[in-house]
Amino acid sequence: MSQQYPALLVIVPLISALVISAAGWINKRLCFPIAVAALGVAAYSSIGLLLRVLDEGAIVYRLGGWDPPMGIAYYVDHLNGLVLAVVSVVAFLNLIASKKSIELELGDKTAPFYALYVLQVTGLLGIVATGDAFNLYVLLEITALSGYAMLAMGKDRAQLSTLNYLYMGTIGACFYLLGVGYLYIVTGSLNMVDIANILPSLYESNAVLGAFIICLVGVWVKMAFFPLHAWLPNAYTHGPSAASSLIAPLVTKVMIYVMIRLILTVFTPEFAFNILAISKPIVWLACIAIFMGAILALAERNLKKMLTYIIVAEVGYMVGGAWLGNRAGMTGAILHIVNDALMTLCAFLVVSNIAYKLKGYAFDDLKGLVRKMPFTMGAFVVAALSIIGVPPTCGFFSKWYLISGAIQAGQYAFMVALLFSSLVNVVLFFRVIEICYYEPFSDGHGHDQHAEPMAEAPLTMLVPLFIVAAGLVLVGIYTGDIVNKIIEFAIPQGIV
Amino acid sequence: MGDLIQIVVAKYNYWIYITLMMIGLYAMIVKNNLVKKIVGMNIFQTAIILFYVSTGAKRGATIPILEHGHGDHGAGAHMVHAVDYINPLPHVLMLTAIVVSVATLGVALALAIRVYSRYNTLEEDEILAQIREK
Amino acid sequence: METIISIKPLLAVLVSLLVTPILVSSRAPNVREAWTFVAAAAKFLIVLSMLPTILKGTEIVYTVAEFLPGAAIKFRVDALGMLFALVSSSLWIITSAYSIGYMRGLKEHSQTRYFVFFAFALSATVGVAFSANLLTMYLFYEMLSLATYPLVTHHQDPEARSSGRKYLLYIVGTSIGLALPAMLISYNLAGTLEFGRQGFLAGTASKPLIGLLLFMFLFGFAKAAIMPFHSWLPAAMVAPTPVSALLHAVAVVKVGVFSVVRVLTGVFGTDLLFSLDFGPVILLLASATILVGSFIALSQDGLKRLLAYSTIAQLSYIVLGVGLLSPKGLTGGMVHIAMHAFGKITLFFCAGAIFVATGKKNISEMVGIGRRMPVTMTAFFIASLSIIGMPPCGGFVSKWYLVLGSLEAHQMPILYVLLFSSLLNAAYFMPIVYRAFFCRPEEAMFENTVQEAPPFCVVPLVITAVISVILLFYPQPFFDLATMMVQTITGT
Repeated sequence: MSQQYPALLVIVPLISALVISAAGWINKRLCFPIAVAALGVAAYSSIGLLLRVLDEGAIVYRLGGWDPPMGIAYYVDHLNGLVLAVVSVVAFLNLIASKKSIELELGDKTAPFYALYVLQVTGLLGIVATGDAFNLYVLLEITALSGYAMLAMGKDRAQLSTLNYLYMGTIGACFYLLGVGYLYIVTGSLNMVDIANILPSLYESNAVLGAFIICLVGVWVKMAFFPLHAWLPNAYTHGPSAASSLIAPLVTKVMIYVMIRLILTVFTPEFAFNILAISKPIVWLACIAIFMGAILALAERNLKKMLTYIIVAEVGYMVGGAWLGNRAGMTGAILHIVNDALMTLCAFLVVSNIAYKLKGYAFDDLKGLVRKMPFTMGAFVVAALSIIGVPPTCGFFSKWYLISGAIQAGQYAFMVALLFSSLVNVVLFFRVIEICYYEPFSDGHGHDQHAEPMAEAPLTMLVPLFIVAAGLVLVGIYTGDIVNKIIEFAIPQGIV
Repeated sequence: MGDLIQIVVAKYNYWIYITLMMIGLYAMIVKNNLVKKIVGMNIFQTAIILFYVSTGAKRGATIPILEHGHGDHGAGAHMVHAVDYINPLPHVLMLTAIVVSVATLGVALALAIRVYSRYNTLEEDEILAQIREK
Repeated sequence: METIISIKPLLAVLVSLLVTPILVSSRAPNVREAWTFVAAAAKFLIVLSMLPTILKGTEIVYTVAEFLPGAAIKFRVDALGMLFALVSSSLWIITSAYSIGYMRGLKEHSQTRYFVFFAFALSATVGVAFSANLLTMYLFYEMLSLATYPLVTHHQDPEARSSGRKYLLYIVGTSIGLALPAMLISYNLAGTLEFGRQGFLAGTASKPLIGLLLFMFLFGFAKAAIMPFHSWLPAAMVAPTPVSALLHAVAVVKVGVFSVVRVLTGVFGTDLLFSLDFGPVILLLASATILVGSFIALSQDGLKRLLAYSTIAQLSYIVLGVGLLSPKGLTGGMVHIAMHAFGKITLFFCAGAIFVATGKKNISEMVGIGRRMPVTMTAFFIASLSIIGMPPCGGFVSKWYLVLGSLEAHQMPILYVLLFSSLLNAAYFMPIVYRAFFCRPEEAMFENTVQEAPPFCVVPLVITAVISVILLFYPQPFFDLATMMVQTITGT
C-alpha cells in the first residue's frame, strides 16, 4: 500500500468529492464524515510519503505504469514531500475546525461546499506531487475553479471579488500554459526531469528564455506577487470563513513551491541565477512587495483584510528569499512555505472563530475580545508573535535564514525590507491586541470589574486552533531537524 | 524591411496568436461590461489553444489516424513513419485546455448572473458606485 | 576553565514557568501568593546551589536544544551570570512579599495576571543571565519584553495604553530593528554566536563595520536606556510600584545593561575594543547619559519619575565601567549591578509605601512625611546614600572602583564625570530627605491617620536597606564574582 501513496493522495480526495456530491442528495450529514475520511487518508499518505522519501530518496511514481515521457509521472523528493505533508495537514485541521462555521454561513449549501473543499485539496496536492508540467496546469485549474466557486459562496461583494480573481487567475494559468507550450516546442517533452535533462544544450535559445519568463509571470499572478496582487485582498476577505482559511494559507504557498520547482528542477539554478541576470531586479521587486504589503496593511481597519495584505508581504519574503541565489535564502524560502502556511492558518482560524461568535471583524467590533474569547485571543497572540518573528515561534527562524541569505548575497535592501516588515507587524498586531485588551476602558485601577461572560467558540473550533498554535512553537523548536534532514537535501548541492 | 516581412510571414502563427491574446487582454482590462470581459478572457484562452495546435502542424503531413490498426501484430508489422503525421500530442493537451476553458467560462458566467441579480447591472463602474454608496 | 554539565540552569529558568498553571487555576488568593513564594524560593535556592561551584572557578554548561544548525539554545553559568541571577532571584522573593502588601492595600484588579506575568518575567531574566550565546540571550530578551508588557499596562487606562505603546516601540523596535540584524551580521562574519573570553569578532571585519555593529548592539538593547533610547523608562512608571521596583530598577533595565556588558565583553572583547580605540566612544555615550539623566532628575516633581531618571543615569555607570576597559573599571561596573539593585529597589519600595499610605506621588506633597513614616524615610535615606555612593552603604564600593578604574585607564575626564554626577545625585536626593524630616507640613496636607504603610510593604524595604549597608562591609559574593569575571576576561 505504501507504494501507492502518491496516487492515493490525489485519487482518494478526487473520488470522495464526487461521492460527497452524491451523498449530499441523500443526506447532508454524511458529507462531513466522508470529507474527513478523505482528507485523513490524504494526510496519512502524505506523511507516509515524506517518511519514505527520507528513507529512500526521491520517489518516481508512474501513473498507470506508463513510462515518461509518454505517461505522467509523480515525482516526490524532499522538497515536495515536505510541502505535501504541510498542505494535507493544514487542510485536514481546517476542515475539522470549520465544521460549525460552514453550517452557520452556508446553510443548505454545505454539501457542494464540502465537495469543492475536497476537490480543491485534490488540486493542491496534485500540483505539489506531480512531475509533469502539463499535468500541473490541469491541477492548477482544478484548484482555481473550485477556489472560485467556494469563495463566491460568501455574502456581499463575494461574487464580484471572485470574478476579478477569476480574470487574474485565468491570465496567470494561461501564461503558465503558454510557457509550458514553449518548453514543449523546444524539448518535445512534458516531464519535468526530462526537460531538465534536455534543456542545458538549449540555454542560449530565446525560446527557453521566453518560456521561463512567461511561466514565472504566470506563477507570480497566481501567488499575488506585487504588483499583480490586486485580486487577493478582496477575494479572500469576502469569501466564507472556511474557504478563506483553506485558501489563504495554501494556494499562494503552493504557487511559491511551483516557482521554486521551476528554478531548482526544471530550469536548473545554473540557468536561473547565473545565465539570466534577473536575480537582483527580482529581489528589488520583492522588497517593494514587502514594503507595499506592510503599508497597505497599516491602512486597513478590518482584521481579515489586514491579514490578507500581510499575505502579500509574506509572498514577497519567499520570492525574494528564493531569488537571493544562495543556500540560506533558499532554505529560508522553503522553510517559510511551511511556517507561513501554519501562521496564516492560525490567524485565519482566529478570524473564523470571531466571525462565528460576533457579527464582524472590523476593528470596532473587536473591543474587549480578550475577556469574551480568551483562548482564541491567546492563539491570536501566538500567531502574531510568529508573524512578527519572535523566537521560539517558527516565524523567527525563517526570518533568520532569509536575513542571513540577504547578508551573504549582499542584498541589504532585502534585509531592511524584512526588518521594516517585522516592525510594521508589531504595530499591526499590537494595535489589534490593544483594542481587544483595553477597550472598553476601565477607570484607573479597574475597581469595578465588568465580568463579561465568556462567549468562546465551540470546542471543535478551539481544539484545532490550539493544535496549530502549539505547532507554531513546535515547528520553531524543531527547525534544526527540519532544515538538516529535509530542506538540506531539497536544495541541489550546487547552490552555496 | 524585407527581413521583417520575411519574419512575419514565416512565423505567422505566432503573430496571429499574439494578436488574439492582446485583443483578449485589451477586452478584459478596458471594457466595462462584465460579459465583454468574459468574452475577452475566452479569446485570450483560445489564442493559446490555437498556438499549441499550430505547433503540431507539419508541411505535407496528414492527420494522425492509422487506417489499418489491427492491434498487436508483432513489433515491426506496421511501422509508422512519424514524419508523415502531424503531432497529435498538442491536440490532446488542448482538448484538456478547451475543457478547462469551458469550465472557467461557465463559472464566470454563473458569477456574472449572480452579480447581475444583486446589483441589477453588468457595468463595472455602476457596480463600484453602488458599492461605494453602501 | 573547567566546565561541568548540569541541568540546574534550565531548572532555575523553568521553575517559575512551571508554577504558572497553579497560579492561574487557584481561586484562593492566599494559595496563589503562597505558590509565588514557593517558586521564588525554589529559584533562589537553585541559583544559590550553583554558587559554590562557580566560586571555585568552574562553569556550568547545559545545552537545551539546537534550534538552528550552528546556533543552539545553551546555558552557561559563569561569574557574571551568577552575579546577576543572584541579585534578581533574591530580590524576587522580597518583591513578592512587597507586591502582596501593595496589591492588597490598593485592592488592585487582575492580580492573577500580575503574578503570572511576573513569574514569566523572572524566568526570562534568569534565562538572560545564564545565556551562553547571543541567540539564547536574544530569545530571553524578547520574552522579557513581551512578559513585561501586560505588567506595564496593568491599569488598562488610556495613560497605560500610551505608555505601553511607547514601551513596545522603543524596546521591541530596537531589538528587532537593530539587535537582530547586528546578531545576524555577527553570525555571518564569525560563524558562531558563543560568548568568548575575549569575544568572537576579533579579526573578522574592518573597523567601520565593527563600529557599526557596536552602535547597533548598544542601541539595540534599549533596555539599557542609553540615551537617546531612554524615554520608555519614565513612561513605564505608570505601572504599579512593585512592577517598577523589580522590573525597572532591577530586572528589565539590568537585563538591558547586562546584555550590553555581555556583548562588549563576550562578543567584541576588551582587547578588540581597546585596539580599535572604541573605549572613548562608549565612555562618551555613557557619560552623556549619566549627566543628562541626573540633570533631568533634578527637575522632576513626581517621585517615581525622578527615580526613573536616576536609574537611567545609574545604568550608564555600569556601561561606563566596562567602557574604561581596565580591570578595576570592569569590576566597579559589574559590582554596581548589585549595589544599584539593592539601593534602587529600596527607593521604589519607599515610593510605593508612601503611595499606599497617603496616596501621594509628588515630592512637593511629601513635606514632613518623615515624622509620620519614619521607618520608610530612614530606609529612603540609607538607600539614597548608596546611590550617591557614600559610606556606610554598598554603593561606595562600586563608585570607589569606578574611580580607581578611571585613574587606571588614564581617563581623567571620567573622574570628573563621576564626581560631578555624585554631586548631582546628592542634589536631587538630599532635599527630599531634608524636607521629609525637617520641615513642617502645611495644615491640610495630611489626614491625621497617616501612619506607616502595612507591614508587608515596610518589612521588605527595611530588609533591602539593611542589605545595602551590609554590602559595604561584606560585598561578597558579588565582589568575588565580579573579580573572578574580570580575571577571566583579562586572562590573569
